[in-house]
Amino acid sequence: MIGAAAIALIVAIGLMLIRALSGPTLYDRVLAMNSLGTKIVLFIGVLGFVLGRPDFLDISVLYALINFVSTIAILKFFRYRSFQVPLMRKTNTPRQPRAAEGGEDG
Amino acid sequence: MGYFLGLIVVLGALWLGLSGIYEPLILTLSVISLLVVLLLAYRLDTVDKEGSPYARTPQLFAYWAWLVVEIFKANWPVIKACVSADLDINPALVKVKTRCESDLAKTIFANSITLTPGTVTVEVEGDKLLVHALFEEDATPDSFAEMDERSWRAADGRQAQASKQVRT
Amino acid sequence: MGELLGFLMAAKPVLGAFLCLVGGTLAIIGTVGVLRFPDFYTRLHAASVTDTGAATITIIGMALLAPSWLVVFKLAAIWLFLFLTGPTGTHALANAAHTAGLQPVIGRQRDLAEHAEEDA
Repeated sequence: MIGAAAIALIVAIGLMLIRALSGPTLYDRVLAMNSLGTKIVLFIGVLGFVLGRPDFLDISVLYALINFVSTIAILKFFRYRSFQVPLMRKTNTPRQPRAAEGGEDG
Repeated sequence: MGYFLGLIVVLGALWLGLSGIYEPLILTLSVISLLVVLLLAYRLDTVDKEGSPYARTPQLFAYWAWLVVEIFKANWPVIKACVSADLDINPALVKVKTRCESDLAKTIFANSITLTPGTVTVEVEGDKLLVHALFEEDATPDSFAEMDERSWRAADGRQAQASKQVRT
Repeated sequence: MGELLGFLMAAKPVLGAFLCLVGGTLAIIGTVGVLRFPDFYTRLHAASVTDTGAATITIIGMALLAPSWLVVFKLAAIWLFLFLTGPTGTHALANAAHTAGLQPVIGRQRDLAEHAEEDA
């Protein structure tokens, strides 16, 4: 039954890849990658129990952290086109938001 | 100083729980890495009420337990909307006013709204939150009142009582 | 009492595996929602089903299967990370899309579909 759970998570990951590949806007793709990361974290954990090696959970912890940091980094980069901007609202005035950015095929 | 102590205890517990090997060499390495992290946190100037809010751990965990139940209750309508044959959703943008004052309380409130399926915080400005809801009829301002009250009490309880006394 | 405890210990792996399966099913449901919903903001809600419900149930299932307390602690740490970082990432996404000027679809979707048919 735990094997079936792993297969269900793989199916979910595969379906989410469709959204990541076909998402009309950049944000749909980032959302798909973020959600994909959560599913992969769960899948690595379940896979560890399928194979009888719960040590896989260490990889899971790392993946959860990297997933979050990468999501924030991608969003920051596509908003400011640079990593050199501090993420504080008081210390900088963000550039005029560009309406076309969301519609561009990222 | 108390914040440093809280950070040390939590980081030490995290290391001991995640490593599981208690040999002298590994423990020495753990102490070294803990010191490096403390130095970095000091240099980044993040060791304050927000960097280590462990003084209010009991209240925060009580709030969290309530929140998990609330999240599971809110999961049902979204799951039903996902699998039902016709798309029976009614998305809307709602403005919500919060009574939370400190940044920590506001963060907790906005994050709990986002964590609950069916509602997402889109923008926070001052004490007003712009919330996108999947069902307009479920997202009346009253439905957020209890969460607001509880997160306020969890994050800045004593200040809250003081301001209440001033008000009455 | 002892018999009940013995039964619970025997049922634990089965229950854990079953909860993992339920979590996997919820993940599929959330993904189906992400594929079906009409615009970006509504897809966020479907994705949060995976982030909260599926993750919690799967992790509880794995905790029931866990051979030692260390594994349970690691699972608790993963759960804590997911619950702290998930809403932050979702809010960052929604805020970025809102700042870039992406407009949400508002109103009951069934009525909108009917209107579209009438217009056509």
